[in-house]
Amino acid sequence: MVQITSALPIAKMVGSNRVVLGNGIVHVTGDAKLPPEDEKKLRRELVQRALDALQSNEK
Amino acid sequence: MRIVHYLNQFFGGIGAEEHAGKSLEIREGAVGPGRLMEQFLGEDARVVMTLVCGDNHAVERQEELTAAVLEKVKEANPDLFVAGPCFDAGRYGMAAGALCAAVKSTLGIPVITAMSEENPGADLYREALFIVDSGVNAAKMRDVLLKMANLGKKLAAKRAVGLPAEEGYLRRGLLRDQIVEDRAATRLVDMLMAKLQDEPFESEMLPTTFAPVPMPSAVKDMSKAKVMLITDGGLVPKGNPDRISGTAATRWGAYNIAGLDDLRGEEYEVSHGGYDTRFVQDDPDRLVPLDAMREMETRGVIGKLHEEFLSTCGRSNPLSNTRRLGREMAEKVKREGVDAVILTST
Repeated sequence: MVQITSALPIAKMVGSNRVVLGNGIVHVTGDAKLPPEDEKKLRRELVQRALDALQSNEK
Repeated sequence: MRIVHYLNQFFGGIGAEEHAGKSLEIREGAVGPGRLMEQFLGEDARVVMTLVCGDNHAVERQEELTAAVLEKVKEANPDLFVAGPCFDAGRYGMAAGALCAAVKSTLGIPVITAMSEENPGADLYREALFIVDSGVNAAKMRDVLLKMANLGKKLAAKRAVGLPAEEGYLRRGLLRDQIVEDRAATRLVDMLMAKLQDEPFESEMLPTTFAPVPMPSAVKDMSKAKVMLITDGGLVPKGNPDRISGTAATRWGAYNIAGLDDLRGEEYEVSHGGYDTRFVQDDPDRLVPLDAMREMETRGVIGKLHEEFLSTCGRSNPLSNTRRLGREMAEKVKREGVDAVILTST
């Protein structure tokens, strides 16, 4: 499992092993300030980073 | 004083792991640790019946075992029901906890068990039961049985029970009223002074501790993996069909996304207090990234996106509850052959 979250201290506290830093509490995998196409690009990148973490044994 | 004692196949003398499938057996009198327990409980104490069951059988068929044990305990009508000690044996601890909880709540008979703090049974039942802290070392059997006997006698006689540290049981996470001499401000300053002078002091609020979670090994071939999306950010279909509460949620839901390329705000709502949910409401992909994951599936980066996403609300929730929610979700993940999970947390 990989966790995408912006509340990094909580993920660390509970011992989450694979963590990708999200883009804010209010939109973990988005950004309301960006135009739709850029926002989607950001989301693709975040999801890709999560998939990379799942294929790695590094914390 | 009449006692009924529950043991697993190992401590019950049937044998080791190869006998873990054995079903419930009934023995007259005390067996193994029960003999020493009898001595510690005093001259009038007698183990009238010992119930022995294999660890696998106990966990795989817990309902069946619980029903059978309840019937036997009812017949024997003891003053105290004892299970274990279980040390760090997880299946044993789960069974001992479940049986003690059932005997206590259904028959109203006092119960006592013992296990280590890390035993999964401790997590599940520490609030409901007095669980003596056995540690992980079975060589401490004698000390543990003595503590169980002392606490068991008090419970059977309905005498007042002291604090966890005094009696040797695991903290139950309950609040209890107590008359103390000094008011809070004085106690606080005393503690602070002790801390500054490197002297020992005891906090009145212990921080929650988290046992380390072993890291699952990496996914070898993502292009063949089935991936599931889970969120604790409270995204639910419009109308919140499972009535998942926006704070201290007791439930989670599984919502079908088969054939969808995108989550639309009109069809969902967010049941989660505390954070501003308007952005997710406008576009739920900002919390459950379905659009990006569907692309990954189409491009063959992942094998398959699971046809449901799971959701609950992770806000202000007692740990005993969130652990249960997590366990239930993990069971589904396992059952449905999911290889990897992306959890999005607010």
